[in-house]
Amino acid sequence: MKGFRYLDDTAILRYSEDKCIGCGNCELVCPHRIFKVENKKAQLLDQNSCMECGACAKNCPADAIYVNPDDGCGCATYIINSWISRFRGKAPSGCGC
Amino acid sequence: MPVVATTLSLRDIFGTIGARTGFTRNNYKITPGLYCAGHPTKNSPVLVTANYKLSFDTLRKELSHTDAWILVIDTRGINVWCAAGKGTFSEEEVAYQVQNAELDKIVSHRELILPQLSANGVAARNLKKLCGFRGRFGPILSSMLPEFLARGKADEKMKSITFTIKERAVLIPLEICGLWKQILAVCVLFFVLSGISPEIFSPQTALIRSVTVLAATFGAILTGTVATPLLLPWIPFRQFWLKGAVLGALTACFFLYQMVPVPLPEKISLFLWITGCSSYLAMNFTGSTPFTSLSGVGKEMRRGLPFQIVSTTLAIIFWIAGPFT
Repeated sequence: MKGFRYLDDTAILRYSEDKCIGCGNCELVCPHRIFKVENKKAQLLDQNSCMECGACAKNCPADAIYVNPDDGCGCATYIINSWISRFRGKAPSGCGC
Repeated sequence: MPVVATTLSLRDIFGTIGARTGFTRNNYKITPGLYCAGHPTKNSPVLVTANYKLSFDTLRKELSHTDAWILVIDTRGINVWCAAGKGTFSEEEVAYQVQNAELDKIVSHRELILPQLSANGVAARNLKKLCGFRGRFGPILSSMLPEFLARGKADEKMKSITFTIKERAVLIPLEICGLWKQILAVCVLFFVLSGISPEIFSPQTALIRSVTVLAATFGAILTGTVATPLLLPWIPFRQFWLKGAVLGALTACFFLYQMVPVPLPEKISLFLWITGCSSYLAMNFTGSTPFTSLSGVGKEMRRGLPFQIVSTTLAIIFWIAGPFT
C-alpha cells in the first residue's frame, strides 16, 4: 500500500514455510499483497504491512499462518471498552461500529 | 424475483448521507435474499454481498451494463469487511442463503463471486461442502467488477487496498457527527469551570470564557477529524496520537496568535486542551483506516492515552487557575 506505513514489528503474523503447500490462497486474499508464491512455497514479503485482518489464516488449508485472533474492529473506542471490561471483569461491550 | 435499479434515486442518496453521518447508520439494512440486476440467465454470475444498504447500493450502481444475480446475506446491516471480521459474513451464512434462495434451481453453474474483503470471514474452500457452490474471490472494489467479469480474473490492482484522499474524505462526517454527546459534555463542564473566580461563581465570566474554550474545542475537532484524515500520509510520525498532537499543537499556536491576549495560565491551558483533544480524535481514526493492525492500535494507545489524560488534566487545572492570577 503506497504512502501508508504503520508501526514496525508489531503485527502478530506467524508463517511456517514448512507447513506451506503452495496453494496460493494467501497471495490471493491479502489486501496488502504481502505473500507471493515462488517455487511452490509462499514467501512473506513484507510482514510490517500486515494489518491483522486474518484473511490469509482463514483461507490457509495447511494451517501454516497464524494471525492475532482478536476480532475487535481496531478502533480506539473498542480497545478502551475492552480494557474497562477487563478491569471490571465483564465481557466487552463493543463499540457500536 | 426483485429486480434492482442500477442507478441511485434521490432517496438512496439521502439514505447514504444519513448513513455517512451516523443518523441512520445502525439500521440501514435490506432484506437478505436473491436479487437480480438486468436480465440474468442460468449462466449469469452470482455476486454475494452484505445487507448493509450502503454496500448493496455500491454494488448495484456498478451493474448498469451487467446481467447478474445478487445474493444478499444477513450481516445485521454491517458492511462486508467489518462483518467478515466480526464473523457474521461467514461461509455458514453464505451457504444458508444459497440454500434458502434455492440457488441450485436458478443457475446451472456452481460458482459464487465473493468480495475479496470477505476473505477474513469466509474460508472459501469450505463452501463447496456446505452448499455445493464453489467460492471465488473477486476484486476489492465493486467498481472493478465489470472488468473482473470480462477478464475472468483479478489483477494486482483489483486485489490491492487503497486509501485515497476521496476514500478518507467520505469518513469525515461520521467522525464529527459521532461527537455530539462529548461536545455537549464539554460545554457543560467548561461553563461550570469557567465561572469559578475570586467571587465564587460569576455567570458573566463563565459565558465569556466558555465561548473561548468552545472556539478552541471547535479548532481541535477540525484538526483531529478533518485535517488529520485528509493530510494523513504527509503528517510526520506513524502513530496516530502523535500525528494528532503535532497538528493540534500547530492549530493551538495559530489559535493563540489570532486571539485577543489572555493571561499566561489560560494560554497554556488552551494549548494543552487543543493538542490533547486533537491527539485523541486522530487516534480514534485508526479504526477507520484499512492499514492499522489491532496490535498496533493497542500499542500506540498505551502511549497516547496517558499523554491525552495528562494534557487534559493540566489544561483544566490551568483554566481554573486563570482568574486567580
